[in-house]
Amino acid sequence: MIWYIVRRLLQGIPVFFGSTFIIFSMVFLTPGNPVLRMFGDRTPAPEQIAALEAKFHLDQPFLTRYFLYLGDILQGNLGTTYAGQSVNEILARTFPTTLRLALLAVVIQLAVGVLAGLISGLRKGGLFDNVTLLVTLVIISMPVFVLAFVAQWIFGIQLGWFRPTVGAGAPWSDLLLPAIVLAGLNMAYVVRLTRASVIETSQNDFVRMAYGKGLSRGRVIPVHILRNSMIPVTTNLAADFGILIVGATVTEGIFNVPGVGNELFKAINRGDTPEIVSIVTILVIVYVLVNIAIDLLYGVLDPRIRYVK
Amino acid sequence: MRISRIAAAAGGVAIATALVLSGCATDNGGNNGGGSASTGVVNVAWSEPENPLIPANTNEVNGGQVLNQLFAGLVYYKADGSWDYDAAESIESDDFINWTIKLKPDQKFSDGTPVTAESFVKAWQWAASNPDLLNQWWFIDAIAFKGGTYDGGENTLALDVVDDTTFTVELADARADFPVALGYTVFFPLPDAFFDDPDAFGDAPIGNGPYKLGKDGWVHGESLSLVPNDTYTGPRKAQNGGLNFKVYATLDAAYADLLSDNVDIVDSVPTSQLATFKDDLGDRAVEQATAVFQSFTIQPTLEHFGYDEEGKLRRAAISHAIDRKEITDVIFQGTRTPAEDFTSPVIAGFDPSSIEGSDVLDYDVAKAKELWAQADKISPWSGTFQLAYNADGGHQEWVDATVNSIKNSLGIDAVGLPYPDFKGLRTEVNDRTIKAAFRTGWQFDFPSDANILGALYVTGSGSNDADYSNPEFDKLFRAGLASPTQEEQSKNFNEAQKYLFEDLPAIPLWYGAVTAGYSKLVEDVEYGWDSWPLLYQVTKSE
Repeated sequence: MIWYIVRRLLQGIPVFFGSTFIIFSMVFLTPGNPVLRMFGDRTPAPEQIAALEAKFHLDQPFLTRYFLYLGDILQGNLGTTYAGQSVNEILARTFPTTLRLALLAVVIQLAVGVLAGLISGLRKGGLFDNVTLLVTLVIISMPVFVLAFVAQWIFGIQLGWFRPTVGAGAPWSDLLLPAIVLAGLNMAYVVRLTRASVIETSQNDFVRMAYGKGLSRGRVIPVHILRNSMIPVTTNLAADFGILIVGATVTEGIFNVPGVGNELFKAINRGDTPEIVSIVTILVIVYVLVNIAIDLLYGVLDPRIRYVK
Repeated sequence: MRISRIAAAAGGVAIATALVLSGCATDNGGNNGGGSASTGVVNVAWSEPENPLIPANTNEVNGGQVLNQLFAGLVYYKADGSWDYDAAESIESDDFINWTIKLKPDQKFSDGTPVTAESFVKAWQWAASNPDLLNQWWFIDAIAFKGGTYDGGENTLALDVVDDTTFTVELADARADFPVALGYTVFFPLPDAFFDDPDAFGDAPIGNGPYKLGKDGWVHGESLSLVPNDTYTGPRKAQNGGLNFKVYATLDAAYADLLSDNVDIVDSVPTSQLATFKDDLGDRAVEQATAVFQSFTIQPTLEHFGYDEEGKLRRAAISHAIDRKEITDVIFQGTRTPAEDFTSPVIAGFDPSSIEGSDVLDYDVAKAKELWAQADKISPWSGTFQLAYNADGGHQEWVDATVNSIKNSLGIDAVGLPYPDFKGLRTEVNDRTIKAAFRTGWQFDFPSDANILGALYVTGSGSNDADYSNPEFDKLFRAGLASPTQEEQSKNFNEAQKYLFEDLPAIPLWYGAVTAGYSKLVEDVEYGWDSWPLLYQVTKSE
């Protein structure tokens, strides 16, 4: 078990170097001098350009800049933005908010999705099953920004149930509406997967055996059917995490959530290399860690799965 | 050149623009003459500044707007673009080169230290000696150097402290309108605390203005709070209980909050809402002309477009070929007005009808075809007319409309040429390698035509992207700068514009306007010539 974790973590190292290098070179390769952007339509004097290029190491060759950056990162310093803010501070400020938003979305997704999938699976072909199919299809076919704008307009502005934007402090109550929108993204998959899985599990011999032993539905459904149906849903959750973070960039913008996605969006607009690379690197690391955690969860859900050295 | 706000964080100068349909926003025009101050805290939609809050290093509107509340310059601007003394008692000169500036006595920074002549002189000298500051050029362009040449040292500008409240400035050229420029953010004073730790200061600035940083200060990425500064005794006394600048990632989010009164002041309505914002907000919608000029520029290195006879014919033909009225009506819902000159209607001295040749901006297909045909006789045209723009700034619609207008009028191929981002476009413009016309814009820094004409068209000036050089224009421009009265200055400037209409280094398109709104909770909201709300006079009851 320990060895498995260590091996998985070691596998993360090339992922880290590869992703930083690719992102760094992509940002580097976009044409144009970031210094000129700071001056708007004014053309700065050559001495000014030189002074600012030196300040941000823009006068160094590509590989030098990459290694300077890597050196900093390995010392725990994620660099400073062109505006002079520490990226560490920015991430420390924004990441907890995004994590809270993603967590809330996952909880909503699982609670609603699994429940709806379970009922649909148990009453296959019934009214509830068909209505759920229709609703989830509608939601799944809408882009997230449409969903977000519509939700903001109806529940935030017209009905006034929620504040239309989140803003300072990002209290849980304000995060609820964006989290519901974010959950909607993947809700349909959770429902369909749970439903299919529940139908399949229900036909297993051990379920009939459980009923045959005289166990009540209240015992068989959660312990025998649901638990054994959760494996595909769990795998999906890991892949889903990436979608949540990407979706968060859009959702955070619309609901003005002071999170990582919002910050990344602004950094890309500014062409702020150190900030973009650092944020994306951290996202990659989080993604790798979440995947490892999910893999470990399999063993808990299904004792037949064992980790080899 | 100020870089505009949230939309343009997405790429330089996506400056808002529009027209003067409804005038001012409020019933009593804002100036309630020191009447009863309200106590509510006004929430202002805002976006995180890109730089530390240091006057000499702030050239975009978000930082500038906060600095304007935190600091008092020598003069301040009223809503109509006229100016009056703020920290200064008098600014005088006999020859418009040597100026003597006297401060009002007993002024204090919010940390209790006195505002002296030294506070200004040291701040300006520091700015001039640091080339990595975004506004350094303001000082080395305008002010003369000690010993005649720039030495980069800490005492390079020709500034002298006479006594605690008096200092002298020697300018490089005679400028009668120097006091007008002094209200711009870069000329604000700095307290001693700044020089002890510039980095800490940029995060928590200490000023001499109507407001100071509140208890929570600047919470990065979320908000910045200001409270009235008791030590400020100038004319811009705060009429509210404070300002809370709320960070928004998008204009749409800010607008959504405005509709539910969660934010009080939104100084730019998102493009998606332009068609409906007046219905949404009623008399709380603001649409007002502002000092923004939009154009596209053609570098003389572009084939067929030099400043020779052929080039001038082609530039004039292109200008005649654009239906500015139609484009402003359709694309901008009438929120912008077609340009009539190279300045702005909200700046004193605007009189396009007096300028010879300004009819080159009239839409006239026959004339355009005729001029183009004349140019073809000199050297036949082949290829495509391209208009470059940054795709991250929301320009595609009007660029497409403009090139279509040119295409239909002249019967030539004309297309928009998108660049992925602003820096890519500016780099090619700066290197003079761009092989197309390109969009340009100017938001006035201070209310004087000297600002735009001097920066864009004088030989060798900093933003002269068109490499324009005309001794006649330069002469009239300098004569205008040295003119003792506004009338004389405007006469010279307008005469100088005659040469711009002849040579068309840039093709004027339209003037900007502010399209904004405010919540039900505030009153006395007034927007100035610079498209900023006069925040100190906004009132809000608790």
